[in-house]
Amino acid sequence: MSRLVLRRLVRFAVSLAVLVVAAFAMIHLIPGDPVRASLGPAAPVELIEARRAALGLDQPLPAQFAAYVAGLFSGDLGTSFLTGEPVAEVIATRLPNTVGLALIATAVALLAAVPLGMWAAVRTENGRNRGTEAAFGSVTGTAVAVPEFLYAIALVTVFAIGLGVLPPAGKEGAVSYVLPVLALAIGPTATIARIARVETLRALGTDYVRLARAKRLPAARLHLRHVLPNTLTATLTLGGLMLSALIAGSVLVEYVFAWPGLGMKIVESITQKDYPVAQGVILVYGAIVLLVNLLVDLALGVLDPTSSIKES
Amino acid sequence: MFRTPAAVAGAVLVAAMVVLAVIGPPIWGEAAEHIDAGAILQGSSAAHPLGTDNLGRDLLARVLVAGRYSLLLALAAALIGATAGIVLGALPSVLPARPARLVTGAVNALVAFPGLLLAMFTAVVAGLGARGAVLGIGAAIAPGFARLTQTLAASVAGADYVSAARMLGVPRRRILARHVLPNIAEPLILHLTQALGGALLGLAGMSFLGLGVQPPSFDWGRLLFDGFGRIYVTPEVALGPALAVALAGIGFNLLGDALARGAARTSAPRTKAVAPESADPGEPEPGAVLDVRDLTVTFPGGVTPVRGVSLSAAPGEIVGLVGESGSGKSLTAAAIGGLVPYPGVVGHARLRLDGRDVAGLSRKELGTSLAMVFQDPMASLNPALKVGGQLAEVAVVHQGATRAEARARAVDRLGHVHLPEPGRQARRHPHELSGGMRQRAVIAMGLMGTPRLIIADEPTTALDVTVQRQILRLLREVTEETGSAVLFISHDIAVVGELCDRVVVMYAGRVVEELPADRLTDGAHPYTRALIASLPDMDTDRSLPLASIPGRQPAPAEVGDGCAFAPRCPLATDACAAGRPPLVEHGPAHRVACWEVTCTSTA
Amino acid sequence: MHIDGLTVRFGAFTAVDSVTLEVPPGRIVGLVGESGSGKSSLAKAVCGLVPHTGRVTGASRVQMVFQDPYASLDPRMRVGESVAEALLRMPRQARAAEVERLLGLVSLPAEAAGRYPRELSGGQRQRVAIARALGAEPDLLVADEITSALDVSVQGAVLNLVRSLRDRLGLPILFISHNLAVVRYVCDEVAVMHRGRLVEHGPTEDVVGSPGQDYTRTLLEAVPRLRR
Repeated sequence: MSRLVLRRLVRFAVSLAVLVVAAFAMIHLIPGDPVRASLGPAAPVELIEARRAALGLDQPLPAQFAAYVAGLFSGDLGTSFLTGEPVAEVIATRLPNTVGLALIATAVALLAAVPLGMWAAVRTENGRNRGTEAAFGSVTGTAVAVPEFLYAIALVTVFAIGLGVLPPAGKEGAVSYVLPVLALAIGPTATIARIARVETLRALGTDYVRLARAKRLPAARLHLRHVLPNTLTATLTLGGLMLSALIAGSVLVEYVFAWPGLGMKIVESITQKDYPVAQGVILVYGAIVLLVNLLVDLALGVLDPTSSIKES
Repeated sequence: MFRTPAAVAGAVLVAAMVVLAVIGPPIWGEAAEHIDAGAILQGSSAAHPLGTDNLGRDLLARVLVAGRYSLLLALAAALIGATAGIVLGALPSVLPARPARLVTGAVNALVAFPGLLLAMFTAVVAGLGARGAVLGIGAAIAPGFARLTQTLAASVAGADYVSAARMLGVPRRRILARHVLPNIAEPLILHLTQALGGALLGLAGMSFLGLGVQPPSFDWGRLLFDGFGRIYVTPEVALGPALAVALAGIGFNLLGDALARGAARTSAPRTKAVAPESADPGEPEPGAVLDVRDLTVTFPGGVTPVRGVSLSAAPGEIVGLVGESGSGKSLTAAAIGGLVPYPGVVGHARLRLDGRDVAGLSRKELGTSLAMVFQDPMASLNPALKVGGQLAEVAVVHQGATRAEARARAVDRLGHVHLPEPGRQARRHPHELSGGMRQRAVIAMGLMGTPRLIIADEPTTALDVTVQRQILRLLREVTEETGSAVLFISHDIAVVGELCDRVVVMYAGRVVEELPADRLTDGAHPYTRALIASLPDMDTDRSLPLASIPGRQPAPAEVGDGCAFAPRCPLATDACAAGRPPLVEHGPAHRVACWEVTCTSTA
Repeated sequence: MHIDGLTVRFGAFTAVDSVTLEVPPGRIVGLVGESGSGKSSLAKAVCGLVPHTGRVTGASRVQMVFQDPYASLDPRMRVGESVAEALLRMPRQARAAEVERLLGLVSLPAEAAGRYPRELSGGQRQRVAIARALGAEPDLLVADEITSALDVSVQGAVLNLVRSLRDRLGLPILFISHNLAVVRYVCDEVAVMHRGRLVEHGPTEDVVGSPGQDYTRTLLEAVPRLRR
């Protein structure tokens, strides 16, 4: 068990290091001079030189990297080209909005999807109720295929602009969460429901379920006690991975709802060529994703008594 | 492949997209670029059903024209991603161990990373615009492909046939070309369909954020970007591109699903189930614990793997049900236990347990009087639950015991099957027990109630001989102590001959012979005799060749009217092919279904 | 063939612990043991499929026949193509005749060459696997549980084939099985493995008739027997 934790922590640390290098490299990989690109062609040479010196871009690369890493350890992610604000501050004010949205959407998706998938599996076991199977397949297949920003646009058009019952944009109170959460959760709900169905079917076909049936356990006990726990490992793994995909997908949804989160900021910073901000946000996004994956892995190690064995 | 409406819809949508990409620009190209200063930023009208843009250009025409560019960009991105991914995924199988591990690690790290962020990173570095977006989406698709290639190649590389080729000295390149690639090509091509849909949506997303296609070029995502800015005034202008993106995404996804399903399963034709023949129940066997008459199991299409099996077992009797794979023995056991999976239909003239009709027994009665043991002790216990809890639930559910009482009984039962330290074992998870211990625990589970019948389906097949010996001894002990009957299913005649009191031999879904176990070597049916002769045991004469039966057992669908064994039988005559011999008395406690044997003996 | 001090380790686990064993020309040596005894790891090591220490001498062209006849033939290759993979050193024109000869050696008709593995029964597939192995002109054949996936009524034919290959070709065979009755019937010598070690080795009659080790005795006593 502790070996597993250790190995996961090492993997996390290595990935994080690679991410830091990638984020640092980003500014240097941009073709041309990022400072000139951001300040525009009309900017005087003295201003560009001064800005370059302020950013340390005139130093040799190793020194720049050392300074960058040292900055990271003291919580310094650089300053915005445009506003001069510290990037760390920009991120700190926006991060909670993004994470909150993603967490709520994941919870909604899991709560809706697991019962839905299990129900579909029990109804369609061994090929019975082909109608239900076909309907479930096409509805979830369609729901998965539509990207979250289209859900967002459709929801805004119908509920905010058409019916006027919910706010179209911004973050003001609980009601403003409804549409963004829905837009984010529909796709993952369909995906997780499909996995939950497959996993439930797999569990229903095992010998231990046959044995539980031979014991004539009531259906509720059979499904909740013998089937459900054995479907959760795969379903939660996916749910965890969904959370990281969801955080990324929120970029588009935040854009549609003008949600004051990191996603909105990353789009702004890229289009405005405010590279320090883009660099910082990508770094933070990446770190969150790595962290989520680490937590999912560790949670599974605790949940599933056999996973530590599978590992070796 | 295109049987379901969803699959048809997917194929139609994708075909429509392709047609649109071909004919769109030549037909509507001019209208899409026609600037009309008098009609700028209009909403829906008869002339412009989806409205116009800031230069008065018709949006419907622009949506129809943008199809080609959107699809081409998606195709480019998908191909870039697939090529990069396949190369990256194939590298570990060509590289030395250390760099191979590095590549695998990198791919694993990248797969976990959200595609859109990867795409944005690449797009920033490669420069805003269509080129950057295509490269970015390609980069986002590549890790998934790499992982898939890796998994597939690893599974094929581990296959026995690749090991065999390697031992034959087949060169590495040829193994890759002849064995690995053909066996992984199909899933990779399939994944490309799905990747194409993903690329289309990803590019639409990038353009929608303003990070993809830049004016004056336009794809659906860019049109949506323009339309979204006006959504509060004229929401219909966003409708066209949104619908186009959604339909394309749905089309590719449904088609990909259908292709995947078509590749995965070759489903049997569906026909109506044949009603099982219901015969006269006759007089119940007095004193029998298990009394089965004319049991049939039928599957749709009239396939009948179990055809009119009659069986009985007395208290304390161990009845062996023996046959080769496909004889219907396990399905017979499942039918008696009420565990035949849908869409199988069980029919019988009589099915009685402990003197009562099974149909009239409650769950509680069945759950406590019928115990089952399966072949694989690794699979028979729920891996998520502790051993003690799995035993205890019988007492909780059926006997109204409190948790503490149930637990105490579970520990007692575990001790009863000679599990050392039963209290400790009860608190463990199944994977912490050895195979033999697990099989004991399963038997103990059956002893939680008061079993009248134990159905043991190949309970020792997965175990080593020394452990098998212990489990057989335990079964015998349990039978003598509880007075329960045992139906012991096995392919191993030696095991059956050693353990059982009586043996029932099955062939192609029917009982061909029934005799006392200690007289197995005097079997009368040619099949039984041939089975015994082909079984090497510790006394077989090593100087003679071993007998074997030519041909093979017919599949359930191939069984005809006559004796199913006739084609392989040395004694067969025309009569055997014409009519099925009934199971008739042939000496004390001995019954045989063979024209040759029974006619000769009566003549 | 001579195995000298062969050891196979998987991480900290020692699957085969310095085993020394000889397979003389024209003899079938049976290797028996329970699951985890190391017999399959030993077989794989002899074939060079797993890393090991120690020496294997006198067998430069080892071929192996696997347990599962459904997994050991490429499902996308015709039987003839699979067998011909052993004949890449031969000129192309000569291969068809050689495939036919090899199939004949394992009592399969020449038409079988045009079939796909899925069209054959388990016993027939196992013959194809043996024919493919023979094509490489091995100086040792390793048979790893080759009948344990087969029904008893077709097992006899495969066992007879193994014996006839020894008689006709003088081919030394290392025959691995968990089934003592099968090993007793087929093999000239028996080697017993337990927890990675070779505990007993001798002519079949001696090992089966008067075992020298308690473990061998336990194993023999556990073999189920028909009551006669």
